[in-house]
Amino acid sequence: MKLKYLIPFLIFVALVALFAYAFRLDPREVPSPLVGKPAPAFALPRVDAPGTLAGPADLRGQPWLLNVWATWCVACREEHAMLVRLAREEGVPIVGLNYKEIRGDAELDASRLSPQEEREAALLRARTWLAQHGDPYRFSVLDLDGRVAIDYGVYGVPETFLIDAEGVIRYKHVGPIDEQAWREVLQPKWAALAGAKR
Amino acid sequence: MRRGEKRESGVGGLVRGIAAVVAACCFGFAWAAEEPPKAQPVGDPAIEARALKLGHELRCLVCQNQSIAESNAELAHDLMNQVREQLAAGKSEEEVRAYLVARYGDFVLYQPPLKASTVALWAGPFVLALAGVLALWRVLRRRSREEMPALSAEEAAHAQALLRGEGKEERS
Amino acid sequence: MIPEMGQFALALAWALALVQAVLGLAGAARGSVGAMAAARRAALAQCAALVLAYACLTAAFLRIDFSVLLVAANSSTRTPWFYRLTGVWGNHEGSMLLWALSLSLWQAAVAGFSRSLTAAFRARVLGVLGTVSVGFLAFLILTSNPFERLVPMPGEGRDLNPLLQDPGMIIHPPLLYMGYVGMAVAFAFAIAALLSGRMDAAWARWSRPWTLTAWVFLTLGILVGSAWAYYELGWGGWWFWDPVENASLMPWLVGTALLHSLIVTEKRGAFRSWTVLLAIGAFSLSLLGTFLVRSGVITSVHAFATDPTRGVFILGLLALTVGVSLLLFAWRAPRLSGGGVFAPVSREGSLLVNNVLMAAAAGAVLLGTVYPLILDALQGAKISVGPPYFETVFVPLMAPAVVLMALAPFLRWKRDALARVLRRVGPELVGALLLAALGVWAAGHATPGAYLGLALTAWVALASLRLLVERLRQGAAPGLAARLRGIPGSWWGMWLSHLGVGVFILGVTLVGALEQRLDVKMMPGQAAELAGYRFVLRGVSEVPGPNYTAQRGEVEVWREGQMRTVLVPEKRAYFRSAMPMTESAIDWGVFRDVYVSLGDPTGDGGWVVLLFYKPFISWIWFGAILIALGGVAAALDRRYRRLARRRDSVPVPEVLPEPVAEAAR
Repeated sequence: MKLKYLIPFLIFVALVALFAYAFRLDPREVPSPLVGKPAPAFALPRVDAPGTLAGPADLRGQPWLLNVWATWCVACREEHAMLVRLAREEGVPIVGLNYKEIRGDAELDASRLSPQEEREAALLRARTWLAQHGDPYRFSVLDLDGRVAIDYGVYGVPETFLIDAEGVIRYKHVGPIDEQAWREVLQPKWAALAGAKR
Repeated sequence: MRRGEKRESGVGGLVRGIAAVVAACCFGFAWAAEEPPKAQPVGDPAIEARALKLGHELRCLVCQNQSIAESNAELAHDLMNQVREQLAAGKSEEEVRAYLVARYGDFVLYQPPLKASTVALWAGPFVLALAGVLALWRVLRRRSREEMPALSAEEAAHAQALLRGEGKEERS
Repeated sequence: MIPEMGQFALALAWALALVQAVLGLAGAARGSVGAMAAARRAALAQCAALVLAYACLTAAFLRIDFSVLLVAANSSTRTPWFYRLTGVWGNHEGSMLLWALSLSLWQAAVAGFSRSLTAAFRARVLGVLGTVSVGFLAFLILTSNPFERLVPMPGEGRDLNPLLQDPGMIIHPPLLYMGYVGMAVAFAFAIAALLSGRMDAAWARWSRPWTLTAWVFLTLGILVGSAWAYYELGWGGWWFWDPVENASLMPWLVGTALLHSLIVTEKRGAFRSWTVLLAIGAFSLSLLGTFLVRSGVITSVHAFATDPTRGVFILGLLALTVGVSLLLFAWRAPRLSGGGVFAPVSREGSLLVNNVLMAAAAGAVLLGTVYPLILDALQGAKISVGPPYFETVFVPLMAPAVVLMALAPFLRWKRDALARVLRRVGPELVGALLLAALGVWAAGHATPGAYLGLALTAWVALASLRLLVERLRQGAAPGLAARLRGIPGSWWGMWLSHLGVGVFILGVTLVGALEQRLDVKMMPGQAAELAGYRFVLRGVSEVPGPNYTAQRGEVEVWREGQMRTVLVPEKRAYFRSAMPMTESAIDWGVFRDVYVSLGDPTGDGGWVVLLFYKPFISWIWFGAILIALGGVAAALDRRYRRLARRRDSVPVPEVLPEPVAEAAR
C-alpha cells in the first residue's frame, strides 16, 4: 500500500532516464518520409546545357546520389572535394540539384532581377564554381525557386539522397558528406545497392 | 470592409450586453472629406487569412521553434508561399497539410495527428484528470464513512473534531 | 581586479552555502542552538557575497570591460547603458548568477523575517536551501563562470542579442527568477517538514505567505514575458506554448494548486502528503524548466547557446535534488495521513478537485513538452507538439476548474449538499448562460469557443459580485466602510484573483474571436482601412539608433474623420546581426489595441505593412495583474502578521517542541 508514495519517484526516474538518453538525440535532424518512396519526378534545365531538361528518369537502371548544393553554401564547399573523389575514384553517379542559386544567397537581392537575368546569373555562377572546384556531377540542374527541393523535403543545404536503380529513395543524408559519413553510413548502403544491381 | 464594420459594432453590442460601462466601444463611421488613395492588400485577404491561420499550425523546419507564419527564414517564406498558392488554387487546408507531411513528415504539424504512437499524448491529460478526480472521490468517501459514524455517535468526538478544525495543531 | 573580486565572492558564497547547509541540517538534528544560529548568519553572509559578485559583474558591464568574455560577447561600446545593465543576465552565465542571487535573497529573507518559526525548523529550511545553493553555485563556478577573462581583449564587443534589447526584458527575468526560485522556499519548508516529521496547521500557515509571495513574482514574470512577446515579435501573439513558456507555466499551475491545498491542510490537517508533493513538484518543475532550456535537448526560440557539459551537470543536479526529495517523500509521507474529515461535496472537496485539475493541466503541459523526446527515444520518430495541441487539451481541463473556482466559495466547509448550493447560485448560473448567448449573438461570432469563454467570464463575474454582496451583508459591524475593512486580506486575495481569472478569460476569448489583421502593400500617402480605423502611411525613413539603423515608418491612425495618433513602427538592423528586428507600434487602449508593424519593402518604394485590430487584449494583462494583486492581498493577511507578533512576544517553545528524537531516527 505504501508503494503508492513511490510513484512520483518512479515517474521522475523515468523522466531523468529519458533526458539522459535525449543527449544522444539530435533535435534538428528530421527523418524524411520520402525514404522508401519513388523519387519525385522533375524536369529542370541542365547547368551545362540549359536548353535540355533533365530529371531522375535519366538515371534509371543504376543507383545514384542526388546532391543538393549551391555556390553560396559554405558546407557544400566542405564536401565538394569528397564528391569529386567519389565520382572519379569510386564511380558513383552523382546528380546535382542546384538550390536557389541566386535567391538563396543572403547577400544578393534577387527581387531586382528579371527571371531571365536570374537564370543567366545562376548559370554563370554555377559553371564558374564547377570549373574552379571540379565537377563531380553527371549533370546538375537549376532549381531557381527551390520548388523541386520542397518536393524532396529539403530543409537545408547540403543534403544528399541515395536513390536505387528503380528510382526509389533509400536514404537521406543531411549535412556535408565527409570521409567518415561516407565510410560508415553511405558507402555500405551504396555498396549493397550497387551489388544487388550487379 | 463591410465585414469589419459589422464586427466592430458587434463588439459594441456584445459589450453593452455585458455591462453598459463599455458604451465607448460603439462607433459610427464618418471619414474626412478627402480620401487618400487606397493601398493594395497583399494577395486576396480571404486566402491570406486562411494561409496565416494554417501557417501558424505548421512548424518551420530550420528554426528553433517557430511556425512558418512567424519565421523570417527563407524556407519558411517559401513554404508560406506554397500554402498561399495551393489555397488560392482551391485546395483545402487538409490537402495542403497532407502535401507538406508527404515531404517533411509529421514534424511539420504543430498539432500531432492521432495515431497509435500519439494516443498517450492525446488521452494522457484526460486520463490523468479523471483518475485523479475518481481517486479523490473514493478517498473522501471512504474517509467520511469511516469516521463520520463515530463523530455523530459521540457528541464529545464531534466537539473534539471541531476543536481540531480550528487548529491548535497538535497532530503530526 | 573587479572580475577577480567577483570570482572570489562567488567561491566564498559557495563555501558559505556549504556551511549553512551542514550547520543548518546538523544543528537542527542535534538541537545545537549555536550551530543553528551560525547557519542563519551564513545565509545572510552568502547573500552578501552574491550581491557583491553580482555587483562586480554589473560593474564590468557598465565599465565596458571587454577583457571579460561575457561582457565582450553581450555588449558593445554602442550598447546603451541600461541594456548593458540587463546584458548581465541576457546570457547563460549571467542569468545563472541572477538565479543564484535570487535564491540567496530568498534565503536571507527566510533568515531575517521568519521569527515566527521555531529555531530548529528555520535551521532545517535554511539547511535545505543552502544545499540547493551549493549545487547551483558549483554549477556556476565549474561550468558557467561569468567572470572568465578574454585574452587578447577585443576592441569591440558583440552586443546584446537584439531581441533582448527591450524595456520589457529589463524587468521580466528578475521577476520570473524571483518566482521560480521562490518556489524553493516552499520546497524547503516541505523537505524540512518531512525531515522533522512535523507538519501541521502551523506549518501550512508558515508556508503560505512565502508560497504566495513567490507565486506573485512568478505571475508577474509570466505576465511581463507575455506582454513582451506580444509587442516584440511583430504579429501580436501573446502566448506560444514554447518550451520556455511551458517551463514557467508548469510551476505556476502547481504553485496555484499548492496555495489551495495549503488551505485544506491548514484548516483540516488533511491531505498533507499531497500538499508536500505539490511543494516538491512546484520547485522540481522550475528546475526541470531550467534543464530543458539550458541543455539543448529541446529546441526553443528562447534557448541560450547550449552546451552538453552543462546539460549533464544540470541533469545531475536535478536528479540529485528532486530524486532525494521524492525518496524522502516516499519514506516519510505515509506518516502524514489522517487529519480532519470532510465530505466530498464541501469547500475542502472542491479545493481538492481543483487541485487535481490544475495538476492534470501541469501534467498535460509536461507531457506535451517532453512527448517529442519520448517518441524520438522510443521510435526515432520526430513530431512537433505546439499550440493547437495545448489549446485542445488545456481548455477542457481548465473550464471545469473555472466553474468550480467561482462555485467553491459558496460551499460550506466540511459538508454541503450540491442541490443547496446550486439553488443558491442558480440565478447567477442561468444569468451567465443567457448573457453569453446574448454576447455571441451581438458579436456575430457564434462559435462554441466564444460561447464557452463568455459564459465562464459571466459566471465568474456574477458569482464574484454575489459573493461580495453576501459577504458585506453578513458582517456585524455597522456601516459599509467598516464592513469592508472587516474583510480579511486572504478573502480579498481569493476574490481578486478569481475575478482576475474571469477578466483574463474575457480578454483571451474576445481577442481570439474578434481580432482582425490586414497585410497591405502601402506606398507613401496611401491608406488602408481595418475595423473602422483608417491607416495612412506618411512615409518610411532611415533613422540611426545607438547600435542599429532603423527604417522608421510613420502611420497615421484615423477614426471618424479625426486623426487619433501617429504610430512609428520600425524595422531595425542591429550592427551585431544580419537578422532584421521588427519593432511594432501600438496604440494601447482599454478596449482595443491598434497594432502596426512593418513587413518588407516591396522594391518600388512601398512597404508591406501589417495592421492589427486587437479588441480587449489588454484585459489579458489586467486579469493577470488582478490575479497577482490577489496574491499580494492574501500574503498581507493580518493572520500571518498576528502570528509573527505572537511568536515574537511569547518565547518560542510555546506550542512546538521539536521532536528531536524522531528526526534523529
